Amino acid sequence: MSKQSYRPSDEVLQAFLDERLSEPQRERVAAAIDDDAELAARLAALRRLSEMLHGAYDPVLDEPPPQRLLTAVIAARRPLVWRAAAALGWLAIGALGGALIATGLDEPAPPESVALVRPLPTEAAFAHQVYVPEVRHAVEVKADERQHLNAWLSKRLRHPIEAPDVRGAGYALVGGRMLPDAGRYAAQFMYEDGRGERLTLYVRGADAARPSAFRHVASDSGLTVVYWVDESLAYALTGARPAEELLRIAETFYRAMNP
Amino acid sequence: MARFEQLLVEQIPRLRRYARALSGDPALADDLVQDTLVRALTRRHLWMSTRGIRPWLFTIMHNVYVNAVVRRARVAERSAGPEELGQVPSAERAESDLQLRELDRALATLPAEQREALLLASLEGLSYREIAKVAAVPIGTVMSRVSRARERLRQLVQGRGDAPLRRIK
Repeated sequence: MSKQSYRPSDEVLQAFLDERLSEPQRERVAAAIDDDAELAARLAALRRLSEMLHGAYDPVLDEPPPQRLLTAVIAARRPLVWRAAAALGWLAIGALGGALIATGLDEPAPPESVALVRPLPTEAAFAHQVYVPEVRHAVEVKADERQHLNAWLSKRLRHPIEAPDVRGAGYALVGGRMLPDAGRYAAQFMYEDGRGERLTLYVRGADAARPSAFRHVASDSGLTVVYWVDESLAYALTGARPAEELLRIAETFYRAMNP
Repeated sequence: MARFEQLLVEQIPRLRRYARALSGDPALADDLVQDTLVRALTRRHLWMSTRGIRPWLFTIMHNVYVNAVVRRARVAERSAGPEELGQVPSAERAESDLQLRELDRALATLPAEQREALLLASLEGLSYREIAKVAAVPIGTVMSRVSRARERLRQLVQGRGDAPLRRIK
């Protein structure tokens, strides 16, 4: 007969706190709490914990999400050129968020000032698409002149740089070339596996000389770019591989450069 | 932009909050979110719109977390990314940053499966049934994980004297 026979579980109490209960349920729990000091204490403990967690982590909700997360979603369904546009910031996704996305992304016009320095994965993916299909002129300096290639590119990039030896992982160096990148020099090394599938490693000076974790972007066309910063150089490995596989390959490259 | 992508973008702040609490590290958290988004896109055909998208995304993140943290741990100390480089916490954030670090530390002492269950219940407001689906364990297991984690955390927080974690609303 007593209301005290109803003892809501912690799960129900939490739902009560989070206002996820239906009105009749809510009233039932509220009545039970009124009648039971122990229950009220349990609720208070749950509330403290909840407030502590929300107090600590809710500020994350107000941070603008990093561009790379928005790019990962929006770019995945677009041809590479649109991904590049998104990465370039033409779409101003960060600021406008969902509203712009909802209206569609067709034919955005570049604003007045487009940054000269394109994001690393964009630049690397473009260079990959341009040179990988080349048969005779895929590289400027072939692998048999490896030492010359390394010395030449090191001089241009003003930083010691070496084509990593990843033959152990099944990738032979085809060669490399120098590329212009926003008024500076960049290097592209090309690799080939036993089936003639090509990967490129794009290297340029890093804007911020702090090491980073591996990051990656992928397109529906099957091209993936894994990129990272090490020492004062930024690297981007590009290939027609699933992200998980290319991440593994990138680690092989990384280890070859950091034995 | 398709509806699915829009739903994903809308969920990014919530995913980041949960990943931040789960991993205790901002850069690692965003890696976790990115992998979750990429996987969600490739598995979009597996999402049934009858099920809320958040529990489904948390399920993917659970799997990413279990699989990837081990691999990422190798480069974890190298995890400051370009996005984070420019951010310097302001002075008025110092106190809340301190609280945050305290809580990160307290959560880090919990076993991963307890931390996950606690955060999904107390921070994300998932039902035990939903949590059971996320972690692929029976509901009884969820119940005991959540209550153990709450108890541990309560002790940890009380054990810190005047509890810098306590937040007065």
